[in-house]
Amino acid sequence: MKFLILMQVDPDALAALTEDQQQAIGDGHAKFMAQTKESGEFVFTQALGEPNQTTTIRGRNGRPEITEGPFAETKEFLGGYYLIDVEARERAVELAQQIPDASIDGLALEVRPVMFSDGEPI
Amino acid sequence: MVDAELEDLLRPLAPQVLGTLLRRFGTEQFDLCEDAVQEALLEAYEQWPAAALPTSPQGWLVTTARRRMIDRIRSDARRRERESTQARLLHPLADLAPSERDDSLQVLMLCCHPALTRSAQVALTLRTVGGLTTAQIARAYLLPEATIAQRISRAKTKIKDSGARFPEPAGADADQRLDAVLTVLYLMFNEAHTASSGDNLYDVDLASEAIRLARQVHDQRPDHGEAAGLLALMLLTDARRAARLDDHGRMVPLDEQDRSRWDADKITEGVRLVQDTLPGRPPSPYLVQAAIAALHDQAGSTENTDWEEILALYVILEQLTGNPIVSLNRTVAAAMVRGPEHGLQLLDQLDGLPADNHRVLAVRAHLLERIGDPSAVEVYLDSSRRTSSIAERDYLRARARRLRPN
Repeated sequence: MKFLILMQVDPDALAALTEDQQQAIGDGHAKFMAQTKESGEFVFTQALGEPNQTTTIRGRNGRPEITEGPFAETKEFLGGYYLIDVEARERAVELAQQIPDASIDGLALEVRPVMFSDGEPI
Repeated sequence: MVDAELEDLLRPLAPQVLGTLLRRFGTEQFDLCEDAVQEALLEAYEQWPAAALPTSPQGWLVTTARRRMIDRIRSDARRRERESTQARLLHPLADLAPSERDDSLQVLMLCCHPALTRSAQVALTLRTVGGLTTAQIARAYLLPEATIAQRISRAKTKIKDSGARFPEPAGADADQRLDAVLTVLYLMFNEAHTASSGDNLYDVDLASEAIRLARQVHDQRPDHGEAAGLLALMLLTDARRAARLDDHGRMVPLDEQDRSRWDADKITEGVRLVQDTLPGRPPSPYLVQAAIAALHDQAGSTENTDWEEILALYVILEQLTGNPIVSLNRTVAAAMVRGPEHGLQLLDQLDGLPADNHRVLAVRAHLLERIGDPSAVEVYLDSSRRTSSIAERDYLRARARRLRPN
């Protein structure tokens, strides 16, 4: 079963990190990727640009309307994600807890099932 | 010879050739043996279409695989621990005649070794017994080739380290190992309905592959009730495949399916298997599920279905498995026999599943619809928000739309 682990980020929490914490997060992600690749559960991952780099195209009066900035008006934003393929949801939740973000106040991980996939496997 | 014919010829030989190598070199050389078989298969795919077929295709593959093993060992001289193997490999070719017996079940049991995770068992089985390439398996599951390759490589290492013997000596856990094989094939079959159904020529039909392997198991163990039951269940379920989705890819529920599109040959074979296997045998889960599927497949419509018998079988299945989904299905059958009000009462007493489980909600919505309760709309929508299948979500939404005024 494929699950997407969404990395939700509070920019203030990110800005308040110490040098050591920053380093630990980087190392933790590298370790997480290595471990899930080794176990055959890793599919892919991507990190996204910050919210101020977003262009939103939204439906308005039945037509697309373009604005600069994110769609949702919240402080938190989607920083990136992991796609994993695991035996069960419980395993996805277990893996999400191993991501360093899970131990930092102001950061959160959301685990959601994939309902549909298409395209060439990478 | 066309490619498809060549595949049909070669793929069943893959486990036989591997079995011959494993008998000779042991499971501590599992990865080397398995790689050699894959290379030999690739060479056959490349060379055979242009030349006459070898007198003994299996003998050709064994000889070629053995040569590839020698090549690998020679090019990898640093691995000193393999020197003893090299000495054994240099024995005359006659030393390695293809095995007379059918080794496919033994190889299957090795691939379903308890040290491996389910997904690793499935991937290894498809490659080693199914004779598929890593790329084909990756495409079937819409996963990167690297992910599948890693699962297979890890699985091979675990088998090497497990101390498993080949063939496994007959013993008490042989039945457990056969159970694991059946579970893996059932998983492969069920995933076939959720994995993509691309039109690519090289796409693997996982359902057909699971049926082919289940047939091999049944052929080797015709006395085994669950092996027969699983094959019958797969045939009787797969028989309805063409009617399960409409032209727009939308899910069609059983009571609305065009039964003329069901596969009569598969139904005949599945029903015969059930009839030949069931009498005089204690009931077992796959066999009972197959018997239920047989009753559905033989009925002309939902109204003409023998729901009394189906209910009786679900009661047995519930006792055998204790599975709450079976209890839910028993509730559905009971509602068909005794009416939707009775079904709703049973639903309230159902143990083991939360009331907001999407399947429970879907059943509740159907029963509410049948008694004309307008709250069915909200319950259908609630269920649609909780399923992780798009086809199911769209079906539940359509069902709600149909009931809404205007």
